[in-house]
Amino acid sequence: MIPVAQVARGPLAGINPVAKLAAALLVALPLIVTIDWVSALTALVLEIPLIVMSGLGWRSFWLRTLPVWIAAPLTAVSIALYGEQSGEVHFHWWLMNISDGSLELAAATFFRVLAIALPGIALFAGVDPTDLADGLAQRAKLPARFVLGALGGLRMVGLLVDDWRELEAARRVRGVADQGRIRRLAGMAFALIVLAIRRGTHLATAMESRAFGATTARTWARESPWGAREWALMAAGLAISVTALVVTTATGHLNIIVAD
Amino acid sequence: MTGARVAARGWGWRYATRHAWAARGLDLDIAPGERILLSGLSGSGKSTLLHALAGVLGGDDEGEQEGTLAIDGDDPRDVHGRAGLVLQDPDAQAIMHRVGDDVAFGCENLGVPRDEMWRRVSSALDLVGLDVSLDRSTSALSGGQKQRLALAGALAMQPRLLLLDEPTANLDASGVIEVRDAVARVVESTGATLIVVEHRADVWRGVIDREVRLGPPASTTTAVFGTTPFGAPEIRGSGAEVPYSCTPLITTRDLTVARVKGKPAAGPIDLTIRAGEVLGITGPNGSGKSTLGRTLAGLLPAAGGTVVASDELRGDAAPQPIRWSSAQLLTRIGTVLQSPDHQLLAKTVREEIEVGPRALKLPPEEIARRTDDLLDRLRLDHLAAAHPHTLSGGEKRRLTVGAMLATRPRVCVLDEPTFGQDPQTWREMVGIMASLADQGIAIVAITHDLDLLSALGAREFRMGDAQ
Repeated sequence: MIPVAQVARGPLAGINPVAKLAAALLVALPLIVTIDWVSALTALVLEIPLIVMSGLGWRSFWLRTLPVWIAAPLTAVSIALYGEQSGEVHFHWWLMNISDGSLELAAATFFRVLAIALPGIALFAGVDPTDLADGLAQRAKLPARFVLGALGGLRMVGLLVDDWRELEAARRVRGVADQGRIRRLAGMAFALIVLAIRRGTHLATAMESRAFGATTARTWARESPWGAREWALMAAGLAISVTALVVTTATGHLNIIVAD
Repeated sequence: MTGARVAARGWGWRYATRHAWAARGLDLDIAPGERILLSGLSGSGKSTLLHALAGVLGGDDEGEQEGTLAIDGDDPRDVHGRAGLVLQDPDAQAIMHRVGDDVAFGCENLGVPRDEMWRRVSSALDLVGLDVSLDRSTSALSGGQKQRLALAGALAMQPRLLLLDEPTANLDASGVIEVRDAVARVVESTGATLIVVEHRADVWRGVIDREVRLGPPASTTTAVFGTTPFGAPEIRGSGAEVPYSCTPLITTRDLTVARVKGKPAAGPIDLTIRAGEVLGITGPNGSGKSTLGRTLAGLLPAAGGTVVASDELRGDAAPQPIRWSSAQLLTRIGTVLQSPDHQLLAKTVREEIEVGPRALKLPPEEIARRTDDLLDRLRLDHLAAAHPHTLSGGEKRRLTVGAMLATRPRVCVLDEPTFGQDPQTWREMVGIMASLADQGIAIVAITHDLDLLSALGAREFRMGDAQ
């Protein structure tokens, strides 16, 4: 049902997904608290090697990041039109107000969206859910019950697609598929929830019957790898965010959101 | 390793959400290494007992227990891993994405060291004869393979009691043999005590030592059934002798069927469905049986070729059933899909049967008459006010058939009508289908059940192996 992701084959592909998650967060953190274009652009440029090393092919890179390339300019345009006004005003009509200030803010937002989203997508493209679960439970020390429950549930998603198809056929069979489309869809959505809960219950039974939730300390079939590569990736993430902050401070562009 | 001893003394269980006891007053002794077939009507508490022995019924907030139940003298809830459970639905049991991880899952929970764990995984897979890569996706296995995977998962915990809850009910003929043989090898080599719940006792002949029957004898309810207009099932003659078999109702030419667009499942197929005839569509899992059934029933468009309804069947509607509206379909082709849970729409059994007649905008008195008649004939009258989802498997099956019959279709398509049913429901389904065919209704049964087809004197259309 869910195809096993075998997309990325770059130097970063075998790295523990938890390290990738941590690196992506480290990169994003300073970009979330600042709002100037220099920090965002610096981070974006420094991320390029990371994105290349993720091993995602060009085709899949553009395909997967397409929503970001659409969202970033759209956000930038609306900020340019409605953003806080300062400096020279270039255009004014009703609530729209393009000024030096709003244009700068727009550029900052554009680069920021790209700098936060692109490395996240590239790093996570090849992550196998099982490896992530292994890492979250063994390395990030999240509760095994929670992580494995979520992993088991993820496998059910494919079955829900079949359920939906079956519900559609059943409505046609029963003579109620001709009208009231919205009401019918609402009914089907409810039925799908009921079926999902039932599947979840069955899964829980299967897991419990294999001693899931036993009081014994759990062992793991596979050790979630953690070594120099993982630390290096996290260090790279940290270096990017620190460099971005240093550059923007040095050039006098630093603009922290909370300071406003 | 030896098998476990099982003892029940006045044991009973009531789910917190139900008034009635799921099982009650049970006394049972099973010696170490014994192999038991557990039978009884649906609702007699077979599954409940198995779940209890597997320790998955839950604690006091899930329900109420009386009496005692013990595996080697211990409460099953305290001894994780001593019993291994395999359930009916192959899709509901794979827990992990990869075959190796799935088998290892139980060992992980029991804290088995890593080296020992992978030794157990490979020997369990060997024993059940599942020769696939450890990285193989569990979703990509066939039904029989999934059941053997579940068996291996239970086995890796090295249980002394093996509990199988209708492990072959959802499988085709070759899957049934695969799983039966795997179980036989497992009990032979481990000496574990075995309890199998299964309606088809003949499958397990040679593997089991004795049969234990739960609950009341079937005779009382069968007697009631005998008085219904459907009559007791009788063996019908061969297809050629069936009356009305001359009028073709649906004809296919070079038909290719596909469940998902662009992925043909079977074809080309030339078939004629005639009034009063029972046509059995058989073949292994994945051969496109259900897809063909749905295409004939006007639920899926033909991927190639044509499905055409005769003038008599279509009346003023278009020639192709797929172009009919949902309401037009009601009086022409009725369908019972395999899973009742997806089909039930109403809040009570009575309303469920009324769905179709209401969609046809029949007068209220006519709706009431048809509904009363069907409730009575299908022995559902005492459940008229019950919520459909609270019914047992057999009752749900009868209800979905009743809901189809309420609009009096000329063609009835039934997907696995006897699937996982106890012998009594089986006989009832045969009786219902025979009486429909005698009324000149065409029946298309998609089934693995060759006994059903021979009881109905059906014409068999066998589909090839999966492509």
